[in-house]
Amino acid sequence: MKTWKSKLLTLAAGLGLAASAGTGGAEPLNMAWVYVGPPGDGGWTFAHDLGRKAVEAKLGDKVKTSFVENVPEGADAERVIRDLAAKGNKVIFTTSFGYMEQTLKVAKTFPKVEFYHATGFKSSPNVTIYNSRMYEPAYLAGIIAGHVSKKGVLGFVASFPIPEVVRNINAFTMGARSVNPKITTKVVWISTWFDPSKERQAAETLIGQGADVLLQNTDSSAVLQTAQDKGVNAFGWDSDMTAYAPKAHLASCIEIWGGYYTKVAEAALAGKPLKTTVWGGIKDGMNDLVSVSASVPDAAKKAVAAKKAEIASGKFAVFTGPILGQDGKPIVPAGKSLTDQEIDSIKWYVEGVEGQLPK
Amino acid sequence: MRGLRLVPRAQPSRAMLFIAPLLAVLLTLIVGLGVFAWLGQNPLRAFRVFFIDPVSDMSGFSELLLKASPLCLIALGLAIGFRASIWNIGAEGQMYMGGIFATGLAIRFHDHGGAWLLPAMVVAGALGGMFWASITAALRAQFHANEILVSLMLTYVADLVVKYLVFGPWQDPQGNNFPITVQFSDDALFPLFASWGWGAFEGTRLNASVFLTVAAIPLAWLFMERSFLGFQLQVTGLAPGAARYAGFPEKRMIWLALLISGAAAGLAGVSEVAGPIGQLNDRWQPLYGFTAIIVAALGRMHAVGIVLASLLMALLYLGGEAVQITLQLPKALSQVFQGLLLMFLLGCDVLVNYRIARRVAA
Amino acid sequence: MIESLTPLLASAVALAMPLILAALGELVVERSGVLNLGLEGMMLLGALASFVAVSHGGGLAPAALAAMLAGAAAALCFGFVTLTLQANQVAAGLSLTILGAGVSAFLGRQYVGFRAPASFEELPIPLLSKIPLIGPALFTMNLLAYLTLVLLAATAWFLYRTRAGLALRSIGESPVVARSLGLRVNRVRYAAVAFGGAMAGLAGCYYAVAQFKMWQEGLTSGNGWIALALVVFATWRPLRVAIGALLFGGVSAFGLYLQAIGVHVSTFALASLPYLATVLVLVIISSDQNMIRRHAPASLGKPFHDDS
Repeated sequence: MKTWKSKLLTLAAGLGLAASAGTGGAEPLNMAWVYVGPPGDGGWTFAHDLGRKAVEAKLGDKVKTSFVENVPEGADAERVIRDLAAKGNKVIFTTSFGYMEQTLKVAKTFPKVEFYHATGFKSSPNVTIYNSRMYEPAYLAGIIAGHVSKKGVLGFVASFPIPEVVRNINAFTMGARSVNPKITTKVVWISTWFDPSKERQAAETLIGQGADVLLQNTDSSAVLQTAQDKGVNAFGWDSDMTAYAPKAHLASCIEIWGGYYTKVAEAALAGKPLKTTVWGGIKDGMNDLVSVSASVPDAAKKAVAAKKAEIASGKFAVFTGPILGQDGKPIVPAGKSLTDQEIDSIKWYVEGVEGQLPK
Repeated sequence: MRGLRLVPRAQPSRAMLFIAPLLAVLLTLIVGLGVFAWLGQNPLRAFRVFFIDPVSDMSGFSELLLKASPLCLIALGLAIGFRASIWNIGAEGQMYMGGIFATGLAIRFHDHGGAWLLPAMVVAGALGGMFWASITAALRAQFHANEILVSLMLTYVADLVVKYLVFGPWQDPQGNNFPITVQFSDDALFPLFASWGWGAFEGTRLNASVFLTVAAIPLAWLFMERSFLGFQLQVTGLAPGAARYAGFPEKRMIWLALLISGAAAGLAGVSEVAGPIGQLNDRWQPLYGFTAIIVAALGRMHAVGIVLASLLMALLYLGGEAVQITLQLPKALSQVFQGLLLMFLLGCDVLVNYRIARRVAA
Repeated sequence: MIESLTPLLASAVALAMPLILAALGELVVERSGVLNLGLEGMMLLGALASFVAVSHGGGLAPAALAAMLAGAAAALCFGFVTLTLQANQVAAGLSLTILGAGVSAFLGRQYVGFRAPASFEELPIPLLSKIPLIGPALFTMNLLAYLTLVLLAATAWFLYRTRAGLALRSIGESPVVARSLGLRVNRVRYAAVAFGGAMAGLAGCYYAVAQFKMWQEGLTSGNGWIALALVVFATWRPLRVAIGALLFGGVSAFGLYLQAIGVHVSTFALASLPYLATVLVLVIISSDQNMIRRHAPASLGKPFHDDS
């Protein structure tokens, strides 16, 4: 309690200082973040907030950061983004797909403000897209799953059939099949991003169907905890979830936004704001597979480390052929890689994933 | 409470109609003073940011109207039903269905629309809401199924129908396989006031859908206060035995109440999708259908009260955002104040019909 | 066959238990004629209270107690506004939901991100838990779940076999008549409201310290609304609350099961099954004219000025 109370005081004082401008030295750069959830969700928004704090830590007085949380992705978002721009923020990050049209609309009326939209696909002169290639840690998780799974059946608790989730399922399966070519993945869609009760039921269902390693794209630790209750394994997603289920936890796939946010801030301070789409992965330090548990077999740890190095050096791209479809026929031939556009709009399963994509 | 009791007034106090809400605001202020002082914030500044700043310019004022409009519209429809003790809790789902029907037209005629498209969409929106409410009405009228449960469950279903459509048949082919429809064409969008050259509204989002609400207010008032049907509905709620005795057909009351509130919710739905959002997507969950219930109650189920209550509710939303942006107060805190203010408002209303007196020792 | 059904049933029961807790409390409240829509808010407050208790070294009993106190306290605020000040119950309940969500989110900010240091673990009952099909489902639960079953029986017994229960029910049907018989309407209703709050709080404790062993904003993710619906579905009878909760949990699990075995039906359609099933069964129950007409307690939601 003391920490955020004093933080509020500091912020209030800082706002006061910024308002009474010009006490020698340049004005701090006002940066704002629009969050879809609360920083305390231990997941998606938590990771963005860590990134924001990293900017503060690195650049100190040169920036003044603020955020608005739990902003619904509808008509309200446009007003919030507009207010932030009108109140002097020069760099604004909108951290969810559902803010796309609103960001573009507001950006038109504030040409001097730089907007950065996460996970979108439309850009404009002052709206830049950024995203994290979470399918890379998902692939690495798959490698571990391939080594650890005794039954050869994996489970995936999925939210909605958007390309982001589909490519994570695919990458997870491909990673596992690089170890055990017979492994299969069962997928259950729960039509929500956060609902511990449904996530738990989904996990129970998958485990009941024989899955003994689970991955999820949903926001709570319910899947991981259910795995521990039932004696199987699972991964953390969006944040390090070791603490929730130390016995079941194998590793966690996390996003790391601090580096990118700092780059954006530094570029803006230098007067040359970043304007190119950034879709970063392990190579750019924008995500990682962390907290690999001691119980993971050494062979798996070695394989993961090796693959990580290959990804980091650019030697290996997850969506490089040959990639077979569910029917066993090649979708991506050997030597070819999917383009970013194709990965961003992927709507098919790879071989090994069971069931059909919901239409 | 020892020593005090509530004595019914012979007549509702006119003075208290105005004093009670002010008292509620004062009470919230006092609690807020304590909380803000504990947080080290200037409470007066916080209240200014919360209540005054959001509406201090034209842009803020039009946002207030934009937010209050669907709340008022739905609340008017709901109040008509609530007076008859027909509890439509599913206005949110009926709103989604109105949005869906309107979107269907917008997509179908995306490339060959015309001036007729938007009015058609408005009708479609009302029909959509009525359609969804009619399921609740039928199940209640025919099978005596409780409308609270049915309408609430149908809200979840309506949300899933939206998702099915935007992930499937209505997905924008240019949308990167994301759950969105095409952006509506200009014919399918409510015109902005700004686009009519109304200088005062330059740069604001206020659009013509507000006229739907403005028209609904006197219509609702006339229906509730001056029409025989409205009277029948009211008696059905206050004294069902008397209503039966007078021969007011219960089934008709049920259908009427649900269809009217469903239509209102559907209109609010088309106002949103053909208004500030401009498409249908899987993120559309404004919860207006539930907030409107509070608005109807705060407005004491009367048209004028509902208008005022919807403006207040909208201000609570805007203020909550403002204190986050300007003072970096956590959103949860503004939620606390919203809840507190609502409770105080509801509680202080007692003074309209009752006065406080000393308990006379026996 | 048993192999497939067993995890389904277990999953259904696991989902159902906290719903039953919350719904039982609300059932008693509504039987006394009060409609408290603030379940979600009270559950969240109870969840946070119990998590805070275990986080500061408290045991499971203090956690459950803290949850019940938090829920009851919130409910009593609602009670004061609706019973003494006669405010509209629907609006007051919704306001309580907002308030409860806000207070719990605000106070809970530093309790996010770690596992509950103590939690209700599975307690298989010897012998009984080995029974095929129902053993793993009904006799391999945690202590709170067993308590739920006890409370279910106790609530039914209270309502239908005690004078106090009869008094409560009659107040729900007609407070005017009850008053004229000398019953202290408001006092009974206050007690009922407090009980409902305590049960909702306990349900919250179930989520935070038994099932999910964590705290996060919105942890109950709408289950309070499902519990409310279940009370109506159950036509205000305790045993039917359990049936409704099991039905909901079971259909939900079944939909996920169909997905997992590869049945190609729209996942959104499957997701809507529990809600549709609830409506369908309610329609069947309500339309049966041969049964005694089950209606809501006649005074449900209506203000009553008790100046006793």
